[in-house]
Amino acid sequence: MNPKTRIIFLISLTIIVLFVLGDTFFIVSEMNQVIITQFGEPVSGTISKPGIHTKLPFVQDVHSFEKRWLEWEGDSNQIPTKDKKYIWVETYARWRIHDPLVFFQRVRDERGGQSRLDDIIDGETRNAIANFDLIEIVRSSNRKFEASAEVGALGPDVNQAVSNISTGRVKIAALILKQASKITPEFGVELKDVRIRRVNYVDEVQQKVFERMIAERKRIAAQYRSEGDGQSAEIRGQKERELKKIQSEAYKKAQELRGKADGEASRIYAAAYGKDPEFYQFMKTMETYRKTFDDKTWFIFSTEGEFLRYLKSTEKR
Amino acid sequence: MWQENEGNEAPPRPPKWLKIKWILIVLIVGLFLFDTIYQVSPEEVGVILRFGRFNRTAEPGLHMKLPFLFETLQKVPVQRQLKMEFGYRSAKDEVPTRYLVSPDASKEAVMLTGDLNVVVVEWIVQYKISDVYKYLFKMRDVNQTFRYMNEAVVRKIVGDNSVDEVLTTGRARIAAEAKKELQDLCALYEIGIDVNQLILQDVNPPDPVKPSFNEVNEALQEKERKINEAWSDYNQTVPKARGEAEQTIREAEGYALERVNRAQGDIELFNAIHTEYARAPLVTRKRLYLETLSEVFSKSPRKVIVDEKLKAPLPFLNLKEEDKP
Repeated sequence: MNPKTRIIFLISLTIIVLFVLGDTFFIVSEMNQVIITQFGEPVSGTISKPGIHTKLPFVQDVHSFEKRWLEWEGDSNQIPTKDKKYIWVETYARWRIHDPLVFFQRVRDERGGQSRLDDIIDGETRNAIANFDLIEIVRSSNRKFEASAEVGALGPDVNQAVSNISTGRVKIAALILKQASKITPEFGVELKDVRIRRVNYVDEVQQKVFERMIAERKRIAAQYRSEGDGQSAEIRGQKERELKKIQSEAYKKAQELRGKADGEASRIYAAAYGKDPEFYQFMKTMETYRKTFDDKTWFIFSTEGEFLRYLKSTEKR
Repeated sequence: MWQENEGNEAPPRPPKWLKIKWILIVLIVGLFLFDTIYQVSPEEVGVILRFGRFNRTAEPGLHMKLPFLFETLQKVPVQRQLKMEFGYRSAKDEVPTRYLVSPDASKEAVMLTGDLNVVVVEWIVQYKISDVYKYLFKMRDVNQTFRYMNEAVVRKIVGDNSVDEVLTTGRARIAAEAKKELQDLCALYEIGIDVNQLILQDVNPPDPVKPSFNEVNEALQEKERKINEAWSDYNQTVPKARGEAEQTIREAEGYALERVNRAQGDIELFNAIHTEYARAPLVTRKRLYLETLSEVFSKSPRKVIVDEKLKAPLPFLNLKEEDKP
């Protein structure tokens, strides 16, 4: 053998050995699990221990599958609820390949698995949603809303209508999970946590809902306005009442004071004048003359009067 | 080409391929070193898998590992606070106040409340990777799943609240409940994520309904304004009336004092005169009478004296005409 062919021979041998070794050893990562088939026939159980493993080269094939939990996202489904409201429902779930061999036999790969899950979970979601009223799907408990001013304005019916939940969202999701996970072991899948991710009205219903919301708000606004009018009227009324009270009480008090003073005065006068009523009358008359006559007064005297008695004669009468 | 020349030329220069061999060796060693020495940044932790099996984690710093297939490295930013946005996306590398709202993102925010109304809730969640092993090896697409979890949890809680609670009074409580529930869900799913904060951002009624919500606010303002006005009117009027009432009473008191004092004064005067009068009644009486009359008559120039005995002709006097100035 000349050195040239020897080198070629060595290189070829190395390549072959590497090739055989490469097809003998395989790595199972932390994230994977594998099964081995020999001419298509499964010959091993599930190998899920991470590390380096061996198999027969060429005759055996390695089929690798995810070991971790996988996500599943449902399409948006338009579903009528029991009370005939059309809604979009979107769910998500967690699943994993529980039995790679069965999984491999039934659905071959993840894409197949996903599409089987689509069928099953979407179907179960439809069944479940169609069996419940919308409110059951939206709410998950009978929690009473905090009575805000707004809710109060809408009346008691609003709160009552929505607080009679017998199942609720969480349990409906659990129901979907329970039904769906009865089927999934058939293709080696373990299903966990189906949850309702989104619930939305379909557009036409949404329009109606918006209209209802607007009407509700208008009601609340009207309520506020009339409350404002009412309360301010009440305050004004209170003001009037207060004013009347204050004024009348003051009047009462003043009149009392005046009355008492008048009484007191007349008592004083009576006590003094009572001593000589005739003289008082005389004095008072004189005083009245002084007060009542002024420079516009016409005086028409009779000569018969007391005052002019001396005008005609100086004699004593 | 060079192979043909090999036999003929002597002495052979160092063949070209030898140089290439050295270059190759340097390259291989370089590659080897490149895949052996690695650096872990301060906010990261390195995860080393040996033949696919979890072997160890590496703290920040310079480290070595076996190259190529034997050991592989994955870096996970455990110290970094990660953030996810729902209902909007902060534009990358720009001022955070500018948001991009794609139709997809805006869909995340629309949800139903417990009284079957629609609200638009935007929120962010801040979280950290607390367990690298779980984060990497328990679930495949942790980020996507975490997104779904967020949506499910927030919607569930909003679904148990009235629209008014979501918009106003219940915000903080809803955020706290959602955070707790999300944390519980993370623990259940074993995804190695620690939820630090869940913060509700803009919470609004849907656009078509917004004006009527504003109307409610305006009506509320109006109501308060009316009440305030009424009270201010009250507060202006009532104290004034109190003052006036006080005035009335004081005046009456004044009147009373005056009345009594005057009476007493009058009495003093009367008594004084009466005392004098009692001494000489007739003279005093005449004097008082005449004094009064003289005073009175001197006030007016209009005097007519009529003799009683003058019966006819009847005296006529036009008082009206005379009255004119």
